[in-house]
Amino acid sequence: MMGLIDLTLIWVGLIGLGVFMYVLMDGFDLGVGILFPFAPDDESRDLMMNSVAPVWDGNETWLILGGAGLLAAFPLIYTVFLPALYIGVFLLLAGLIFRGIAFEFRFKATKNKHLWNYSFFGGSTVASFAQGAVIGAYVQGFETENFRYVGGAFDWLTPFTLMTGLGVVAGYALLGVTWTIMKTEGRTQDWAYKLAPWLLGAVLVFFLLVSLWTPMMNERVMDRWMSNISWLWIFPATTVAFAGWIFTRLRKRAEGSPFIGSMVLFAMFYVGVLISMWPYAVPPNYTFWDAASDPGSQLFLLIGFLFLIPIVLGYTAWTYWVFRGKVRPGAGYAGH
Amino acid sequence: MDFDPVLISRIQFAFVVSFHAIFPVFTIGLASYVAVLEGLYYRTDNPLYLRLSKFWTKVFAVVFGMGVVSGIVMAFQFGTNWSNFAYSASNFLGPVLSYEVVTAFFLEATFLGVLLFGRDKVPRGLHLFSACMVAIGTFISSFWILSANSWMHTPAGVEMVDGMVQMTSWTQAIFNSSFPYRFAHMALASFITGGFVVAGVSALYLLRGNHVETSKKALKMCVIMLAVVTPMQLLIGHEHGLNTFENQPVKVAAMEGAWETKSAAPLILFAIPDAANETNHFEIKIPYLASIVLTHSADGVVPGLLEVPADERPPVGIVFWSFRIMVGLGLIFIAISLLSAYQLYRGHLYDSRLLLRAYTWLIPAPFVAVLTGWFVTEVGRQPWMIQGLMRLDEAVTPSVTGWMALVTLIGYFAVYAVVFSAGVFYLRKVVEGGPDPIESDSDSEGSNARPKRPWSAVSNQLDEAPSAAGS
Repeated sequence: MMGLIDLTLIWVGLIGLGVFMYVLMDGFDLGVGILFPFAPDDESRDLMMNSVAPVWDGNETWLILGGAGLLAAFPLIYTVFLPALYIGVFLLLAGLIFRGIAFEFRFKATKNKHLWNYSFFGGSTVASFAQGAVIGAYVQGFETENFRYVGGAFDWLTPFTLMTGLGVVAGYALLGVTWTIMKTEGRTQDWAYKLAPWLLGAVLVFFLLVSLWTPMMNERVMDRWMSNISWLWIFPATTVAFAGWIFTRLRKRAEGSPFIGSMVLFAMFYVGVLISMWPYAVPPNYTFWDAASDPGSQLFLLIGFLFLIPIVLGYTAWTYWVFRGKVRPGAGYAGH
Repeated sequence: MDFDPVLISRIQFAFVVSFHAIFPVFTIGLASYVAVLEGLYYRTDNPLYLRLSKFWTKVFAVVFGMGVVSGIVMAFQFGTNWSNFAYSASNFLGPVLSYEVVTAFFLEATFLGVLLFGRDKVPRGLHLFSACMVAIGTFISSFWILSANSWMHTPAGVEMVDGMVQMTSWTQAIFNSSFPYRFAHMALASFITGGFVVAGVSALYLLRGNHVETSKKALKMCVIMLAVVTPMQLLIGHEHGLNTFENQPVKVAAMEGAWETKSAAPLILFAIPDAANETNHFEIKIPYLASIVLTHSADGVVPGLLEVPADERPPVGIVFWSFRIMVGLGLIFIAISLLSAYQLYRGHLYDSRLLLRAYTWLIPAPFVAVLTGWFVTEVGRQPWMIQGLMRLDEAVTPSVTGWMALVTLIGYFAVYAVVFSAGVFYLRKVVEGGPDPIESDSDSEGSNARPKRPWSAVSNQLDEAPSAAGS
């Protein structure tokens, strides 16, 4: 399996980056949905929805790429996670569908606008929770035999995954609220400024809970963090430092940095999870190398990706450039 | 009560894939039509083409959006309900599906934005280019997904090693033997679907005396195209059938309702197949015709279902009847298309009210033909997941129980009922509006607001009367 170049390691990097990009990109627009019912009025809701409208369906294409890419490079992850999270995956998909159609129909509705508000909120929240539960289930591990999931339908639903689910809801809400700060002004922005510190606090509480709970649940994680690789502690330390920085930036009513800071929080958290779990793709039994597809298949797709992904990024960038004039700076997009 | 997870998973997959399939089959044809309209407008500057293009782009945007949301579900069905299949076939299936995403999905999504909202933002040539990219994207997408599907019918370029598919030749696997036929058959089906919908809506306007000039133009384009394509489809379908006869004779036996292997086999027009007694009731047949069609010789041998044990036969009734519905509709399409072409030649197409009415009735027909066609090929492959290599009961997710599959099946029913009724409701509004709205430049608003959202190209308001549209 190990040639001159470790294809599996390259694919860990590619898929890891892809999943991380998806989480960051879809994170803030799911977050806007989570915050929807708490917005001061319908005009603010229009603004918030318009601010994420140009990007959300592009993000969903990355989710499909994530699914297909996992099947191509790490089929074991695809074929254990999806059966194990069967009910959760249904909730995730139903959530994404309801929020997707809410985007499209809310602006066209008049009498039933409030229904689409709930559809957007409910769909976004359920989808976020399900994604958090996936992370929790990954940390928790899967009952497998002979490369197959053999556990029950609700094994994934534990107090721990409930907590990681709620944690991601809080985290996405933080991304959503700091995005709203960046993209709006006036009373919508004032409301977001008021809400942001509370959400940041909630995220920190969840961060602390997960950080304490995970090593207690899992000896391997405990050993990893208590080992002599002391530089690992840079990541949680950075997390706390950035949280403090976001607090002060919020108090100074900075517009862009709270959002960037929140993205860094997510990045640190993400790296922390990977450090804890490395090198396991499907814990406790299978590493990324066990989960990998045939090197020939990995190579066949890698060669195509090397040519195609730059082209995709190129024409995506071109369309953003084409539409550059439409974004009203700081004010989001016009309502109807 | 115990439910069979394999059966419910099959029903679930059949439901979500059938629901999904009706959208792309329409958008593939429609994307090409829009590209042609844009090309004609570019060359002739005739505003009729522009109006038609803008109108059908609106319809395209709504249907494409429904295809996207239902398509996301498909990307995960293989893992949730058919994980053993997904795992075994991942070395082939994974890269092929990933290539579909990077070569087609991004192309369609990105250039659709320019097509919908970029008319005033990019030079005319680039706008036409975007329309072509969307159309090409839909074909690239069909290329990959039909390659994967065809490979399940006629697997090639692989060997099974310890239950895992290992690649021996990518070219042989991607261009497996049934793929060219299936691709051509599906491409023509898309043109026919798009053609009959556009023709049907145009005929509706002509009957009402609305949008007369644009509708005449659209109907004429469709009639000429359909008169060429529908007979072609009969030939391609026949060739596809011969390929199936060679590779999956049991499927053809089910299509023909043939139980016993016969030389000089008759073509059965009507029958009630009885799987329990391995016979047909109430047969109406034409002597020798099945042998002539399949072997090109009156005494050619047509193998029957009894050649294989009962547990290797597909459900005969579904395959037999779906095939007849598909072929029957196909023959109606040919008759209507040729008759219309003749009327067009005589100059009587637009005042033949019965013909126009027939077109309005036929709007749902191509969708029925496409779905029944897929029933034939997919149900006809049963009990195989990958023909000859993996059976359905080996392919299902081992941990899925009957009630899990049932609960999610009911869930998908409920979700899609909402999506479908909202979408149809909205499409009706768009069609009520027609290609010649009072303010025809309706997408300038969209271009200021939400560049990358397909459906926002349409500015009608949902629950208001058409006359009160716009806020």
